[in-house]
Amino acid sequence: MSNAQFEIQLIASLVAVACAIPGTFLVLRKMALISDAISHSILPGIVVGFFITQDLNSPLLILLAALTGIITVVLVEYIQKTGLVKEDTAIGLVFPAMFSIGVILIAKNANDIHLDIDAVLLGELAFAPFDRLTIGDTDVGPKSLWVVGSILLITITLLFLFFKELKVSTFDKGLAASLGFSPAIIHYGLMSVSSITTVGAFDAVGAILVVALMIAPAATAYLLTTNLKKMLALAISFGIFSAISGYWVAHWLDASIAGSITTVLGLVFLLVYLFAPSKGIIAVIYRQKQQRTEVSLLTFLLHLKNHDEIEERHVNHLNEHINWQKVRSKNVLDLAQKNNMIQIDNNIVSLTKKGDEFTSKAIDYIITNEDAQIEDMKDDFFLFRG
Amino acid sequence: MSKIAVKVDDLTVAYNYKPVLWDIDLEIPEGVLMAIVGPNGAGKSTLIKSILGILKPIAGSVSIYGKPYDKQRPLVAYVPQKGSVDWDFPTTALDVVMMGTYGSLGWIKRPGQKEKKAALEALEKVGMLAFKGRQISQLSGGQQQRIFLARALVQNASIYFMDEPFQGVDASTEIAIINILKSLRKAGKTVIVVHHDLQTVPEYFDWVTFLNVKKIATGPVRDIFNDDNLTKTYGINYKVSIQE
Repeated sequence: MSNAQFEIQLIASLVAVACAIPGTFLVLRKMALISDAISHSILPGIVVGFFITQDLNSPLLILLAALTGIITVVLVEYIQKTGLVKEDTAIGLVFPAMFSIGVILIAKNANDIHLDIDAVLLGELAFAPFDRLTIGDTDVGPKSLWVVGSILLITITLLFLFFKELKVSTFDKGLAASLGFSPAIIHYGLMSVSSITTVGAFDAVGAILVVALMIAPAATAYLLTTNLKKMLALAISFGIFSAISGYWVAHWLDASIAGSITTVLGLVFLLVYLFAPSKGIIAVIYRQKQQRTEVSLLTFLLHLKNHDEIEERHVNHLNEHINWQKVRSKNVLDLAQKNNMIQIDNNIVSLTKKGDEFTSKAIDYIITNEDAQIEDMKDDFFLFRG
Repeated sequence: MSKIAVKVDDLTVAYNYKPVLWDIDLEIPEGVLMAIVGPNGAGKSTLIKSILGILKPIAGSVSIYGKPYDKQRPLVAYVPQKGSVDWDFPTTALDVVMMGTYGSLGWIKRPGQKEKKAALEALEKVGMLAFKGRQISQLSGGQQQRIFLARALVQNASIYFMDEPFQGVDASTEIAIINILKSLRKAGKTVIVVHHDLQTVPEYFDWVTFLNVKKIATGPVRDIFNDDNLTKTYGINYKVSIQE
C-alpha cells in the first residue's frame, strides 16, 4: 500500500467519523433531510468564499460556507413557521434555490479554476494527496487531512462537552427548556457543526455523498442498539469500515471512491436491516411467527383448563376441535411439551402443574393487563413483550 | 393565607397572532394539589409551558415565589405530556430519570454516582426499580408515565407541573400516581396538573383552575367546582354530581 493510498483511506475515515457524530443526532431528531439541504446550499458559500480566498481549504471559506448552511436552516424554519407549508416542502423550496445560485456562479465565473460541477457533486478523494500542506520546507501531509482532522477534533470536543445537553434536548425538548438548556442554542450548535463538517467533507466526497456518510451509519446503528453511546460508537465504526472497504472496492473496480464508499454504506445498511437481532426484518418475521404459535399455545392451554372430559382432550380430537392444521397443532404440542406444560398419556392431553399455573397467570394478565405479574414470563415468550 | 408559589400576571400567549391564552391572572398558593381543567384547545398545556418559559408570551409576567422563573429553576420540576417525546429513543429507564438531575448540574458537568443514586431512589418510589435497565420503548404506557414522574421526583423541587399524567395509563398506575402526588402535597409541595377527567377532580385535588382561553375561576375545589363554572368553561350545560 502506497503512502497516497494510506492517506486517502485516512482522510476518508476521518470524514466518515466527522459525519457520523452529527449524523447520529440528526437521525434521532428526525432531521436527516436537513443534512441534504445543508450539503447543497453551502455551494454558493463555497463559491463566494473561493472568490475571496482563492483557496478551497481556507478556514474563511469553510466558515462562509457553513454560514450559508445555517442560513438555509433558518430559512427553512422561517418558511415552516408561516404554517403555509410543511417542513419537507420548505426544505425542498430552499436548498435547490441556494444550490442553483451556486451552480450559476460557478458557470459564470469559475470556468477556468479548479472548481467544477462534477467535483462539487461527487468530490474527488483520489486527488486529495496531491494538494499538500508545507510548513517552511517540511511536507506535513495533505491539506484536506488537516482540514478534516481539525473539524473532527472540534466535533469530538463539542460532543464530549455537551453530550448530556444534546441527549436531553434531542429526547425531550420541553424538559431541556425547563431545565435551562436552551433547545435553540443546542439546535443551532448542532446545525453549525453539521454545516462545518459538510463543508470539510465536501471537498473529499462531494455534496451528495456527504449526506450518505451522515445518515447511513447512524441509521444502521439505530437498528442495532438501544443505547445512545453505543449507537454513536457503532455509527462511527460503520463509517470507518465503509470508508476503508469502499476505497478498496473502488481500487478493484477502478471506479469513484466516494461512489464506492456510499455503495458499501448502502450494503451494510441492507445487511443490518435484514439481519439485525431485534429490529431486523428477519427477526421481526420470526417473532411474529413465534407470537402466533404462542397465541395458539395459550388458546390450547385454555381449552385444556376448561375441559375435564377425556374426549375433549384427545390429541386427534384437538386437531378437529380447535380447527388447526396438523402442522400447527404439532408445533403447539411440541412447544407445550418442551416447556413441561402438558403431559400426554395414551393420546390424552392434560395440563401439568406448571402448565396450569402458567395458564392462570396468562389469563390474569389478559384480564387485568397488569404487567408486573408476568415479568418472569417475558424472558421465555415473545407474546408478553410489549 | 399561605405563601403564593406561582403568580401569573396579565399573561397573553399567541400562536401566529391568534391568542390561545388571554390576559390570565392567577395565584397558586403553596401546598395545593391543583387541577387545571378546560376543553381541548383551552390553553392548559400552553399555560404550563408559558410559566416554565418554554413558550414566550406576548404580554404579561410570571413569578415563582416572587422571582422570575429563570432565577428559580431548581424549585420547579416539569412532566411533559407522554406523547411529546419519541419513546424509541435509544436509552433506558434509569437514564431518562437521570435527566431530571441535569438541571442541578448545569452545562457541561456530567452526572456521577450521587445523581445515579438519586435516580434509583426515585425509580423505587414509583415502583419501577426492577425496570431500570429496560429500553424505554419496551415499557407500557403506564410505566412510561411512572418513569416521567420519577424524573420529576429526582429534581426534588418545591413545585411540580404535570401535563396530563393520567393520559393512557391503567387504573392501578393512576392510583399509584395520585398517591405520590398526594404525598408530595403532604410534604408541603405544590403540584399543578393538567387534568381531563372531571369525575375525579373532587377526589384527587383540593384546588382547581377552570381555563378556556381566559381564566374562568380558580380556588378550592369544594367552593368553586360546580355546575355553574363547568358550564362557563365547557360552554354546554354541564352537570356533574359531586359525591360528598
